[in-house]
Amino acid sequence: MMEKRYISLISLKRWLEKLNNDGKHIYAPVHKGEKIDFGRISSTDEISFDHVQTTQSAKSVAFPRTEVLFSYEKEKHNVRLGNPASDSIPESVVFGLHPCDAAGFDPLSAIFNWDYKDELYNARKEHTTLVSISCTKSDEYCFCTSVNGGPGNTTGSDILLTPVEEGFLAEILTEKGETLMKADETCFEPDRGSVKEDYLVKLPKKFDLKTVQQRLNSAFESPVWKAQSQRCIGCGACAFVCPTCACFDIQEDAHGDKGKRLRCWDSCGFTLFTQHTSGHNPRETQSQRWRQRLLHKFSYMPDRLSVVGCTGCGRCSRACPVDMNLLEHLISLNN
Amino acid sequence: MSEFEPKIVAFVCNWCTYAGADLTGTSRMKYASNVKIVRFPCTGRIDFMLLLKAFAEGADGIIVSGCHPNDCHYTSGNFHARRRWVVFRGLLDFMGIDVKRIQFSWVSAAEGAKWAEIVNSTVAAIRELGPYIEYRKAADYLAQQEKEVFNG
Amino acid sequence: MDELRKKATELLQSGDVQMVIGYEKGTKGPRPCFISVPEEAHKLIFDEQCTGNLAVYLTHKDLIAGQKVAITASYFALRSILRLFTENQLQADRLVVLTVSVDKQLIVFTAVDDIAAYLQSAPVPKREDDAALIARLEAISREERWAFWTEELSKCFKCYACRAACPMCYCNKCIVEENRPQWIQPWASTLANVEWHINRAMHMTGRCSDCGACGAACPLGLPIHLLTRRIVQEVQENFGIGANEAVQKDNVLSTFKPEDKENFIR
Repeated sequence: MMEKRYISLISLKRWLEKLNNDGKHIYAPVHKGEKIDFGRISSTDEISFDHVQTTQSAKSVAFPRTEVLFSYEKEKHNVRLGNPASDSIPESVVFGLHPCDAAGFDPLSAIFNWDYKDELYNARKEHTTLVSISCTKSDEYCFCTSVNGGPGNTTGSDILLTPVEEGFLAEILTEKGETLMKADETCFEPDRGSVKEDYLVKLPKKFDLKTVQQRLNSAFESPVWKAQSQRCIGCGACAFVCPTCACFDIQEDAHGDKGKRLRCWDSCGFTLFTQHTSGHNPRETQSQRWRQRLLHKFSYMPDRLSVVGCTGCGRCSRACPVDMNLLEHLISLNN
Repeated sequence: MSEFEPKIVAFVCNWCTYAGADLTGTSRMKYASNVKIVRFPCTGRIDFMLLLKAFAEGADGIIVSGCHPNDCHYTSGNFHARRRWVVFRGLLDFMGIDVKRIQFSWVSAAEGAKWAEIVNSTVAAIRELGPYIEYRKAADYLAQQEKEVFNG
Repeated sequence: MDELRKKATELLQSGDVQMVIGYEKGTKGPRPCFISVPEEAHKLIFDEQCTGNLAVYLTHKDLIAGQKVAITASYFALRSILRLFTENQLQADRLVVLTVSVDKQLIVFTAVDDIAAYLQSAPVPKREDDAALIARLEAISREERWAFWTEELSKCFKCYACRAACPMCYCNKCIVEENRPQWIQPWASTLANVEWHINRAMHMTGRCSDCGACGAACPLGLPIHLLTRRIVQEVQENFGIGANEAVQKDNVLSTFKPEDKENFIR
């Protein structure tokens, strides 16, 4: 059902403003201090178009860093529970994410629906339309083409824009995308016949995924994990910026007789992640936790959920304080 | 004139200030009733996080009070507290937390009048400053839930 | 650097140490590396680009695994090492400390006191990156400072990279992992973040080397190292104890002078 159109930069801004005025919440890459990251915009002037990649992924729109699951209040012998109203989730548009981020919602949705359908995640995802922008540049950390992705990949996007002369080639990919376009269809002109591949950055494959996966299958006891993980300091930076990492902790914000049960981001890199109340920790060394991270994304998820848990966005390596550089490790596994 | 009645939490030591506050009462001195007193064995036991918790839970002002230096029931608890308060206050001020809302004092068991004076002047000062809404706004993340989806 | 590499090779070859903790070339800048065989000593580098604080690895028990190690330490890392000695986290006979002075001399410390002496004599490295921000913070009002810090800290997502990068944060159970009672909410929200950073800064009193590794580690670029720097300044201004002295003395908050001054207690 894919349809191609053309939209000029000016019309794009006009269209986004219309969506904003219609009451949709628009999130786009904006400047945050020295970094570029997603934020809610009120004017299209705030949007950054110039960056290779944002610091964080777009997953927050469906899986926010802190989320109330339910609230409770004790009244004498009764407890009153309150569910977050799913009709209070705003209609949202994430604009300007790259194909690697849009693709990241696939593994995320798989995790949130494999043994239990996560209502909150699904509701938020349902209310979100993704308008992605193809990549015309990359840096040394990118490797989407090595994990079945690409700078113009359409997976996960509702609309994909590819920068062409003075505007964008617009691929309207889903019904959601079509509905969003119709908010002001006059902004979208007929397709000018641009060849998408001409405008995309060329990103050669840096390793062979099948080879890496094969190596991983027999690498559980390998000393490579210890060697690779020596400098890892065990923070959660890589997991938090990753578009596919979904681990969360359940917490309670208790104030006497009332409170909220909530979930917040967690990371398998933390020492406490697998700590049992008995005191036993099945992954008590950083090398075990590093191995877990790689195997989970490249071995367990493909086996169990039929989707690779990595889209090659490279954020983990950019965010890492000690340059763990996932790509470097994958290449060395390949070779 | 607004009807704002400040909520003050007082963290006091048992041996001096709490006893001093008792004396205020038994001497039938009237003083502002806005204060909720939390009793500690010693000011040395007061964790700085408790002051932040008081603000987060709705206090508009805080009083921290104990024995005069050299008079601590446990000899040196108040000396440790003093060092802690100096550093903590400096950090809070740097971050923009209103340290004018925190009144530190030494009130002995014999200083019933001083306790009344401290409470009255603190309540008056906080009444001037108004409720500490700006701090509580940061505490209420539900109101920021929208902002929180893509943090800050 | 050649001298450094020679020394590292020598230490490993002789079996005197089993691992050298230093820096190597990384993707965009230097990154920590761990050399266990003399043949790899050529990877070691050491210059002004080497940021962070390698002393953080000295308390990683799985990494050290009882070995005798050598470490190439920057000025600030030396301060951290001194503090770790003061806090009984290191054994002098299991550690060789190396540094490269401003005039490119390799220095091998043979005694803990020598490190202290070096810190007194060598110039404290200047850090000008923050000058503009610090000047701005000094010029604005209290309300504006609160607006600044809540704005910045609302972005924090509690990855704890700051804690992980800090050599002084070696507690087996961090206060944020304590849940009976839960002092600090472990999730990310503005006030929970403010409380975390205030708490971490306070726990650094008299221990912080002012290395800025916490701020450098933050993936969101939050200037949290300014908070720990503030603590160092408060200790200096109020108790007259500079960072070099503080790291050698008993904890600044566990000690006191009866004549400690303050001007805000009635």
